[in-house]
Amino acid sequence: MDNLIFAAEVFVNGLMAGVLYSLVAIGFVLIYKASGIFNYAQGVMALFSALTLVGLMNGQVPFGHLINAIFGTQVHHFGWHLPAIVAIVLTMGVMVALAWIVQRVIFRHLINQEPIILFMATIGLAYFMEGLGDMMWGADIKKLDIGLPQGINTGIDSFTADLFGYGFFIDNLDIVATFIAAGLVVVLVAFSHYTKQGRAMRAVADDHQAALSVGVSLNFIWILVWSVAGFVALVAGIMWGTKSGVQFSLSLIALKALPVLMLGGFTSIPGAIVGGLIIGIGEKLFEFSVGPIIGGATENWFAYVLALIFLVFRPQGLFGERIIERV
Amino acid sequence: MIHAATKGAEASGDSPLATDKAGDPILELRDISLSFGGVAAIKDVSFDILEGEIRAIIGPNGAGKSSILNVISGFYVPQEGRIVYRGARRPSLKPYQVARQGIARTFQSIALFEGMSVLDNVMTGRINHMRSGLLSQALWRGRAEREEVENRKFCEGIIDFLEIQHIRKTRVAQLPYGLKKRVELARALASEPKLLLLDEPMAGMSVEEKEDMCRFILYVNDEIGTTIALIEHDMGVVMDLSDRVVVMDYGRKIGDGSPDEIRNNQAVIDAYLGVVHD
Repeated sequence: MDNLIFAAEVFVNGLMAGVLYSLVAIGFVLIYKASGIFNYAQGVMALFSALTLVGLMNGQVPFGHLINAIFGTQVHHFGWHLPAIVAIVLTMGVMVALAWIVQRVIFRHLINQEPIILFMATIGLAYFMEGLGDMMWGADIKKLDIGLPQGINTGIDSFTADLFGYGFFIDNLDIVATFIAAGLVVVLVAFSHYTKQGRAMRAVADDHQAALSVGVSLNFIWILVWSVAGFVALVAGIMWGTKSGVQFSLSLIALKALPVLMLGGFTSIPGAIVGGLIIGIGEKLFEFSVGPIIGGATENWFAYVLALIFLVFRPQGLFGERIIERV
Repeated sequence: MIHAATKGAEASGDSPLATDKAGDPILELRDISLSFGGVAAIKDVSFDILEGEIRAIIGPNGAGKSSILNVISGFYVPQEGRIVYRGARRPSLKPYQVARQGIARTFQSIALFEGMSVLDNVMTGRINHMRSGLLSQALWRGRAEREEVENRKFCEGIIDFLEIQHIRKTRVAQLPYGLKKRVELARALASEPKLLLLDEPMAGMSVEEKEDMCRFILYVNDEIGTTIALIEHDMGVVMDLSDRVVVMDYGRKIGDGSPDEIRNNQAVIDAYLGVVHD
């Protein structure tokens, strides 16, 4: 009985972790659907946006290290602290600018290239952005606090304590993250179904030639999609950054999004959500139940093995479009 | 003649001349040449499309008909020649810019949004009639909503007219070929084009489907007044539908005139019956 209650707590915690995986995976799906580009840099975009957000909030001088090294100056801070909301808006502006640059400098020259070429370009982009983030804001671990509630939710703690005689430890931040993620998905769905740009986005995702013939500019839509993916990355970056500090290992969550996508399918936003939740819950429960028997640290590989099993039996993922070649 | 009936219902029997209903040229092609690498697809072709007419482009396979349509719609950029659209020389435009100028098209190999419903497909045709931008849609919900309702109503009208109400909510991927062609026409019409380009609108259709399509094309031309340029292989259809015909062969224009003139044009007869080219 005790084990069951523990398992329930682990389950809920896994659900919360899964929400964050889903967020990153959604960014992948958006870009992949609209342009066929598998964006390896999605995780780094989350890192970069979080770094920029912290830097702006703290009034840190971008490229401070570089400037000081070249000019022998000692500038580090502008001496202001921006309110979180202002910094978030500014960061979003940076992400839009980044989307524009990425389209203009890289992908405009790679139209009609093989998917593997596009993928390689995003790997390059990932490492470039990681280096850029380092150069702009420094490599130290930063604390990100935009005023989201954190710490144990005492309500749930005492409620479960009364019920089971054991208080669940649920972080307030996880609860907020879940609601924000849910809100984000609702906004994305509403955007893509009820706005002109959203409809154009779906059109481009479906058929480039047809989209052109109804007067949709592919270039504009790709910039838009990268911007939206940047926005999703920013939300994910805020959540992860608040939870465990803004640090460069954040970019590694991109890799966790891979098995999530294999589970959910590369072309489905609901798939990304369900895939994220399954991985989140699965790895926590597995660690809880099987981990102690085989020596722990299963969270490192569980997601990948699960994805491997899925690949064998359902290569298109849970929600992906089945690929049927007509001969 | 299956098509005679459809034509007879709409137009008078005494074979109207082009000038009866047609006005000034809406589009002129002047000395257009297009080649891919060393292969010339279009050689020095000039013709015009008059406001309000149905202009057919015919010719054997590989004659350059589709290339002409692609040049007009901006998918191909000709190396030489110029295009005059509504009285002004048109610079080299991207396909989406051409579409925004009021030229809609369908494709020989249908290009629809397969994953969307029929209604959604038709609605995409109105993308450039939606004024509300991203921000205003977020800020003034009322206006954006009104616009959405109006556009929706317009599309439902087209769907009714093309008799595809029963499949409004069906995903396009599940539709048979003939209906897909009709949905593609609906999407093109939704943009209220000034010039409508149809690339083989009746290819691969059954006799009944062809009759329906003829009826729709005539109606669009007569009642809505849309100028239409179409490519078609079925000579019966072409002669019945069109006001004027351009004949292409090996990338060149070999004939231009009313259906009757074309029927009696020796160069055209040679091209179709396969006289040996020296």
